[in-house]
Amino acid sequence: MSGTIEIAVNGRSLRVEQGTTLASALLNAGVGAFRRSASGETRAPLCGMGICYECRVTVDGVAHQRACMIVAEAGMRVDTQGGAS
Amino acid sequence: MVRDLVVIGGGPAGMTAGSAAAESGARVLMIDEGVAPGGQIWRPGVHSSKPRAARRAIARLETSGVEVLRSTSVVDAWREGDRFMVASETRGIGREIETSALVLATGARERFLPFPGWTLPNVFGVGGAQALLKSGTSFRGKRVVIAGSGPLLLPVAASLARASAKILIVAEQSPTANVVRFAASLVRRPLTIAQAVSLRASFLSTPYATGTWIVAAQGDTTLRSVTLTDGRSTRTFACDVLCAAFGLVPNTELARLMGCAVEHGAVVVDGRQSTSVPGVYSCGEPTGIGGVDLAVVEGEIAGLAAIGRQAPNVLLSRRERHRRAAAQLDRAFALRPELFALADDDTMVCRCEDVRWGALDRRWTSRQAKLYTRLGMGPCQGRVCGAPLECLMNWPADSVRVPTQPARCRTLVSRPSADPLPMNLSEPGVR
Repeated sequence: MSGTIEIAVNGRSLRVEQGTTLASALLNAGVGAFRRSASGETRAPLCGMGICYECRVTVDGVAHQRACMIVAEAGMRVDTQGGAS
Repeated sequence: MVRDLVVIGGGPAGMTAGSAAAESGARVLMIDEGVAPGGQIWRPGVHSSKPRAARRAIARLETSGVEVLRSTSVVDAWREGDRFMVASETRGIGREIETSALVLATGARERFLPFPGWTLPNVFGVGGAQALLKSGTSFRGKRVVIAGSGPLLLPVAASLARASAKILIVAEQSPTANVVRFAASLVRRPLTIAQAVSLRASFLSTPYATGTWIVAAQGDTTLRSVTLTDGRSTRTFACDVLCAAFGLVPNTELARLMGCAVEHGAVVVDGRQSTSVPGVYSCGEPTGIGGVDLAVVEGEIAGLAAIGRQAPNVLLSRRERHRRAAAQLDRAFALRPELFALADDDTMVCRCEDVRWGALDRRWTSRQAKLYTRLGMGPCQGRVCGAPLECLMNWPADSVRVPTQPARCRTLVSRPSADPLPMNLSEPGVR
């Protein structure tokens, strides 16, 4: 079993298992919406493999990063987009 | 430094192609979007170990001396004299790479079909759920409905069940007769049937319903229930997760960008895995959905061919055998027409730009649909809505534009423009 690290999700600290992607970390933390769609629907991961861009979040200030393609690293700041939570 | 070969994609096909070429002394660079080589099927899991074939392939890759660029997207590729240039981006950092030959091993994605409720959170693909599970998502105690098509449904159900999910039903749209005929054909492949039995055993209490397909998913801001039908009656399941996907589609964007011929959605290759563009080779799922065994064989042939070597005959006959098996699979899981009539006027078709089914007109061309509604013009560039619209509207895939993946301006500014005229004004009906 691997250790855990700490990241910040929408300003709140979150402990996640090492090796976990940001998409998994957020889903496990009960984040129901990663972003708001063009017409305001709540959206979350669909494809899990970098194709659909539904899981995009802001990582360390850089917008539109695919949460499913990034492994969580200690100290990462993740913000859901468009007021989604 | 000019590479002898750049391999794009780090799944079974790409890893094998790269290893084969590097073992013959070539300078090989492999570019992969994943955090570690393996692709989707050999994706390393947070809690699971990789299968033996994957461990062997990774060990081979390491000893062969292939240089690996991880977490890297290819945003453009073009010919420059007798060389190729590849523009890539690694976590926001752009890089251009020069090479004598290219192997496109870009894999496949799942085919999604729009149905009411498919944009709700907790609706995943089938392979999508598998990928999330491997990347650390917990499905413990979740009530899961799996509805779709293809040989992926059962193994994914088994791995979710092992992760303590409660699988309510696995619904395969293909009729019973087709699935049975396919299962019988597996008798000639003892290992596969042994695997199938062990999978089935691990979730024996789960009903596997053939000839059953999804009608709609319900929920407000998240999934609450799923309705399935067998064509005579419908049943609704209260659930937490829906996995819905209908087979696989080859990723051909880069091949099309480079001008390689594509037929029936797959890159056309000759006996040496060469595409219609000299110097560009392709292997694995882009050349037609065939599974991991075929991908490995094609990879070996492509890797050797790309540096001017001939593959041994035994590989060529093995490739034929795997291709025949793939064709069988294709027939067994052909999609029923009802699946193309699930969307109602309110159903989102393009999830990036929020274009609803009711906003589209059958008389349009796909280009017109783009111009009028922004269909397929969001970040995924039609990767999700493109395949269903080919089935639903008979709209063929539109031309590929640079960048093939969203990229930062900094990555793109140094690039010569490869974009042709923005629109064809002679197209009928464009006002």
